[in-house]
Parts: sequence; structure tokens; C-alpha cells
Amino acid sequence: MSNSTISNSTLSESTMAGASTSGIPIPGIFPRRSLGTDLLIKLRQNIGLVTAIGLFCVVYVFYHFAHPKGFSSAVFVQNADEVFTLAMVAMAQTLPVLAAGLDLSVGAVMTMVGCLASYLLSGAAQGTPIEFSFGGTPHILATLPGGIAGIIAGTFICLIAGTLAGFFNGCVVVYGRIQPIIATLATGAIYIGIALFLRPTPGGKIDDDLNWALTNSLQDFASTVHIFDDGNAPWFAPFGTIPVPFILIVMIALLAWVPFRRSVTGRSVYAIGSAEGAAYMSGLRIDRAKLAAFTLAGFFAGCGGLFLAIQTSSGNADIPQAGTYTLNSIAAVVIGGTSLLGGTGGAIGSIFGALILRVISFFFRIFDIAPLLQPLFEGIILLAAVSIGALRVLRVKNTLELFR
Amino acid sequence: MVEENRSENAARQGDFLILSDISKRYGGVTALENVDFACGRGKIHAVLGENGAGKSTLIKIVAGVVQPDAGTMRLEGEEVRFPSPSSANMAGVASIFQELSLLPDLSVADNISITSPPRRLGFIDAKAQRRRAEALLAEIGCEDVNPLMRVRDLPLSRRQMVEIAKALGQRPQLFVLDEATSALTSADVEKVYAMLARLKAQNIAILYISHRMHEVEALADRASVFRNGRHIETFDWGRRSTGEIVQLMIGRDIATQYPPKPRRPRAKPALKLENLCWEKRLEAISLEVGAGEIVGLGGLDGQGQKTLLLALFGVLRGVTGEIAIKGKPVRPASPAFAKSRSAGIALVPEDRKTEGLMLPMSITDNLAIASLDALATGPFVDRAKERAAVEKGIARLRIKIGDSKDAVSTLSGGNQQKVVIAKWLMTEPGIILLNDPTRGIDVGTKQEIYRLMRELADQGVAILFYSTDYDELIGCCDRVAIMYDGRIVRELEGVDLTEHNIIASALNIDGAAATSATGEAAHV
Repeated sequence: MSNSTISNSTLSESTMAGASTSGIPIPGIFPRRSLGTDLLIKLRQNIGLVTAIGLFCVVYVFYHFAHPKGFSSAVFVQNADEVFTLAMVAMAQTLPVLAAGLDLSVGAVMTMVGCLASYLLSGAAQGTPIEFSFGGTPHILATLPGGIAGIIAGTFICLIAGTLAGFFNGCVVVYGRIQPIIATLATGAIYIGIALFLRPTPGGKIDDDLNWALTNSLQDFASTVHIFDDGNAPWFAPFGTIPVPFILIVMIALLAWVPFRRSVTGRSVYAIGSAEGAAYMSGLRIDRAKLAAFTLAGFFAGCGGLFLAIQTSSGNADIPQAGTYTLNSIAAVVIGGTSLLGGTGGAIGSIFGALILRVISFFFRIFDIAPLLQPLFEGIILLAAVSIGALRVLRVKNTLELFR
Repeated sequence: MVEENRSENAARQGDFLILSDISKRYGGVTALENVDFACGRGKIHAVLGENGAGKSTLIKIVAGVVQPDAGTMRLEGEEVRFPSPSSANMAGVASIFQELSLLPDLSVADNISITSPPRRLGFIDAKAQRRRAEALLAEIGCEDVNPLMRVRDLPLSRRQMVEIAKALGQRPQLFVLDEATSALTSADVEKVYAMLARLKAQNIAILYISHRMHEVEALADRASVFRNGRHIETFDWGRRSTGEIVQLMIGRDIATQYPPKPRRPRAKPALKLENLCWEKRLEAISLEVGAGEIVGLGGLDGQGQKTLLLALFGVLRGVTGEIAIKGKPVRPASPAFAKSRSAGIALVPEDRKTEGLMLPMSITDNLAIASLDALATGPFVDRAKERAAVEKGIARLRIKIGDSKDAVSTLSGGNQQKVVIAKWLMTEPGIILLNDPTRGIDVGTKQEIYRLMRELADQGVAILFYSTDYDELIGCCDRVAIMYDGRIVRELEGVDLTEHNIIASALNIDGAAATSATGEAAHV
């Protein structure tokens, strides 16, 4: 009796696996191509991302229920503004982590670019000299075109500055053969130094329209830049309440991350984090991929700094803030399902990691917890959030797998 | 004599790959010395030699992994230099190395197309890549692997097939296989043979390195023997007998391959398993291993043999059933417990590079690492005791080393494996679990390991020995338990212990026949 059930199960497995060519079923299931198994495989491989998305949905819906003005456009806009910079810095951190490194300079790059933006995006009239004072004497740096052209030029310069900082990190790591963590500790100090040089004290200015257009709803954006009948076009109405920062995150993810993920260079970054020796032996261009990873990280961090300056309408070389952003970026990456060992995960997960971290801090506002206790609670909640990712450990039956 | 060798070894007109006067040194160690070597198209050219003979270095030079210190390399008459693996790939050289070069976190499809993925608009075309993976896997008869799966989640034998598919996908002119079949099941090996025959018919040059003589015998058209970094001789296959070849390889005579098995009554079981189950991967395993007995685990790869060893070593959680050591029931909850006095188990793991050794640490550190408790006085390691124990271990296994403070990664594969074994012998285990300990190891070291196993058994140690090599199981074991689908289907001993019986049980032919027969009977 028991014998026949055994042979039955073996049979069904072998039909699933397809009869092997030798005609003898080899047990151990290798699912064949079919939509169901493919989906299952994908799901299992992206369990970190799926968990992060699920967790975010739960806490965010809960937040809205608890919030007196929950599910309103104003709350969405405010949340999106507050999450944007961390989301960018977390995306930045993802790339070096995927290559089994760590970038301690992302917060510094963000700060540096923010300080730069507070000069370049002031929206001053054409020909106004950009001055900055250091040691008491004012210096004239350059003059920029005014108006919209000036803002576009300033944005470009800021993003290029961030990208260059990342590229420099990459050069130090690749050509200096220095471990990323120590290389970026040093370059991060340099970037903070530049930021302090630019803004010894907080200050500067961001064009008011730019600030208004990018930190509010799509409706406000349209009315500021005078498109779609100042945002009153009937077809535009359903989109009007979407926060602009949200659109920007989606755009940056789609235009920068997704192509990178699908490029040979992006694949190489994953390969390096997975097994650098094997990647080299497969004839991949290791140096180029690492350089690209750090450069793109600089770009993302630059985006974050740019937005932070626009949002706060000023530049501030705030050293503790830079450090906090760097550390939170690592937390967001981990919560988002990217392994610190490299090779698995992705920037989309990190966005959700950043979202989760931010939503947690939103709770302090609505539950009115004493601000002095905030770090304590944040720490505990962060630990709990990271532990969710570690829960799989409990299900691992082969303890050897824990050490791989 | 020398003259004669020269003419035999010299490059022949029309050879595809010609190496002239190649030398390579690593620090003070000479890996290759003035080597002339040539191989032609449409031939399978076996490269033979013990570990440390220079085969791996030769292959690495051809594959662009290392650069020779001196000498020239010509491919189809033109002088070439390969500063990197990718430049060798570009010139049409595809290699499969002893150490797998797959990326564990990437999917099978990603891995197969890693060097030059199909692209659309500059981006990797995931669908085309998948079709390509499916086609290549089908070409080597490995359709049962879903290309979406991560390499990490595949068993070793499947990984090796993926590696072969990856190399095949480069459509090479020169195909180098370095121990490419060491983890394959016999069914897979057949598929690889068929693939090699096809490549040969396509006039592709093939370099084949294997420690399995029967594979070389089945495949080789020509063979070159290396010893101590020198090219000893190249000959058409068949011009030398196996005995002569072995002698060329080791430079000394080996009388019997396996030490004789003593005839003695079965001792009291040192290890007794009853109804051991784990996660559907082990089902009702009952097995006894007597003190002084070597019991083999056979069968196709991935039928639960390795899982069983891990379960005994306390690596798996949720194992049910009884484990008794010297009559006392134990429940190993961790490797730390398994090696303790109360259990006295040692496991020589499957992958010496990740599970057996800490490669950057010194030979001394590696040898002492499992027995630090015994070598310590209070919380501190007793240097004098450690040195004495390490020296004893090195002497016992005749490990060839320069200095015991060198990193263990500087040793050859065979000597590294000896370090793993010596490290466990230092814990004075009563039960030794061996997980394919001779994989990718030269003949000489293999024989030393066989002799050592028997020696340990004679001293009363119980040995449970998993091997993918049937020949080895027959030669070494007093008894062999064949596993299929997580259960022991048959135990063979004495005259029943034959290759035919092992293969028949491994494929569970008897079981299948029996069930179909009962099925028919039921219908009648």
C-alpha cells in the first residue's frame, strides 16, 4: 500500500520535470517552463522586495487611518516631499551595495550638491553674479543666465557635480584599489569640506516658483509652469492630485535605474556582488562596472541633494544630517531586500525601504510622542523592521545556508 | 631518448594551438618550465598529471587567466597574447574550470549569456536570453533546468551542466574542460560525451583534463602527460598502456590502487540510525556503521547522500528519528556539538574552498581550528601545543608545504584536501563522515586518502563515505548503501558489491520493476 503511493508520487514528479532523456526519472524537482512555476520562481527570488512592498502598504494605510486628514492630497504631497531625498540617497546606496561595497559618502554628496544648488537655483535675474563669501571676502564665481534657462543650467550643473563626485569615488575604489568603505569615508569628508566651503553657514535661496512647482501636486506644477490650461484642462483633473515628487521618483527610477538594471554594465554589477572572481573569469569588465555603480550612485545622491535644497529653499552644510542620511540609506537598502553581501536586490526595493523608514517617523507626529524619545523609538522600530527580513532565518532548515 | 621525446613532443604541421617554451613561476614555486605543447583541431586532447603537475597553470595561460613569464603562444599559426579571460574568449577559447565560475545570485539564463548577452536597443533582451539558455541546455540534454532559477538553488551537478552550456554558448574554436565532469552524474557524463563528439565532428579543438581515467580512456584521441611543471610526453591514445601512463604521471610504480579489505566479523555499531527523516529529502533512513567499518553512500548525485551527512553533523534542523553513537542516543544540534567528545563526529565537507578551509588563513590556523578547545589553556591558545599538534597532522598526512605560516590557498588542491582531513583527525573523532573527499584530486593523493581511510578503520574509526565515483566505492568500502530519492534502496556488500549492482540500484531499476510488477498483479 505505502509502496504504491510512493511510486505514484515519484511518477507525478517525473512527469512534472519531464521525462529525462535517459528515460529514468531523476528525483529533485526542476520545474519546467510554465507561467505558474515561472511566477513562483520570480516571487521566491524577490521575496525581499515583495515583503517591503507589503509592509509599506500595511503601515501606510494604517497611518492614513490614524491621521486626522488621512487620504487627502495634502498629506500625500507632504509625505512625498519628505520621502524624496531619502529615497534618492537609498537608491544611490543600492548600487555600491549590490557590488558588495558600501558608500559612506552618499549623504555628503547630497549635502554638497544641496549647497551648490542654493547658489545656482536662486532664480535671480540674468547676469546676476553668483557670489559666495569665504573668510569675510566676497568672491564672484560666475554669472548664469536668468529665468528658466538659468534654472535648467543650474540643475544640470548640480547633477553633474553629484555624478562627478560619484565618479571620483569609483576612481578611488577601482584604480586606487581601496576598499569602498574606507575610500568613501575619505571622499565623503572631502565633499562635506566642499559643502562647508560653499556654505559656512546655512543660507542661500531657491527660486520660489521652482520650490512651489516641485514640492506640491501636479495641479500646482501645471499652474506654475502654465501648461494644460494652467492645470485646469478637464482631462488633467484625475492626475491633478498626484504629488510631483512621486512623479519624479517614478521617472528617475524608470529612466535611470531600469535601463541600468537591464544593461550589460548593470548585470556586471550584480555579478561582481555575487562572485567577483567568477565575474572576472567570465570576462566581464569589472572596473568599468564598479566605476559605473559609483558614478550612478553619485547621480542619485545628487538628485537627492538638489531636491533637499529646493524643498528647504536653502543650502546647509549640515554634517550630522549628512551622516544620518548615509546611515538611513543603508537601513533603507536592507529593509528593501538588498543583501549587504551584494548580488541580490535592487533600487526599487530601496525606495520602499526609504518609504517604510519615513512612514515610521510620520507616526511620531500623529501620536504626539515626545521628540526626545524619537531616536529611541526609531532605533527600536528600525531593529524590528530589519528583523522582519531576518525572519526567514527561522525557516531555514539547513543551517549551513545561513552562512552562505 | 631525449631526442626521441623532442620529436614526439614537437608541434606538428597544422596544429591549432601551439605553446613554445612557456614558463611560469609563482613566487619561488615553478609551475611550468620550458613547456612545448600543441593540440590540433577535431581531436580530444587529454592533459594528464598529478595535482601540482602544472596542468591547471597551462590551462589558465591558454584561457588568459594568468600570463606566462616566458614563451610564446600561437593560435592557428598567429602569435597571440591573452591579457584577460575576455581576450581569450574573443579569440575563440572557451574554458570550464575546476572551480566553478558561475554567479550564484544570477539566474541560469543570465549566467549562460553573461559574456555577451543578446541585446535589443542596447539593453539585455531577457526573452532572447532565455530562449538561448533553453536551446543550449537542450543541446546538452539538460532540459530539466528552468533558466529562471538561480544558480545558487541548483545542486552541484546541475550547476556544472549550466557551466558547460555557458561555455558551449561561446561557440568556441578551442574548448577547454578542466575537471568539468567531477560533480556530474553518470547520465550527465554520457550527455557531455555526446556533446564532445559533436564538437569534434565540427573540427573543434578540445583540451580535456580529468582525474577519472575511464573518462579519458573513453574520450581521448591524444594525450599529454605533465609532471612537476614539465611536459613529459605526448602520444596518440592507445600507444601507451594505462599502467605506463600512471607511471609517467607519478614517476613511480603503484602496485595496487586500493588497500586490501580485511575480513572480520562486523563490530558493534559505532553509529546507528533508525528511521531518520528530514523535510522529504531524507525518508526513513536506517543504517549501521560498525567501528572499524567503511560504509559507502552511493547512488546518483542529489539523492540525499549529502543531506544525510549534514543531518548527522548537526547542520539540519528538524531531523526526526533515532541517532545512536556507541549505543547512546544523541541528537546533534550543531557542528560544535557533533565534534564534541560526546558525539565525536568529523565531517570532511563537499566544498573544501568554502566549507573546509579558511583560504586566506595560514596552514597552521586551518589545521588547529577544529581542535582549539583541546589546544587551549584557559581562554588562550597554547602555541607550543598547537605547533606540536600541527606538525603531527602535517606529518601524518604527508602534506607538502613550504612553511606552515603560508596561507592555505597557496597549496595545491590535493594538499588542501589533506589539510581538511588532517584538521579533523586532530579532533580524534570516532566517526568520520566524508563527502566526496577525492573530487578533483590527483591519483597519488587519492591513493593516500584510501590508505588513510583503511588505516583509520583499522584503528576502530567508523567511516561513512559518500563518493560520486563508483569505482572508489567498490574499492574502498566494506559495504555500500545506495540511496535513491532520499531513501536507502539497497545495501551491497561482498560479492554483490559490483559496478553493475550499484548502477542498477542507483537508477532504482529493481524498485521500478518491482512496483510495475505488483501493479500488473493487482490489475490481474
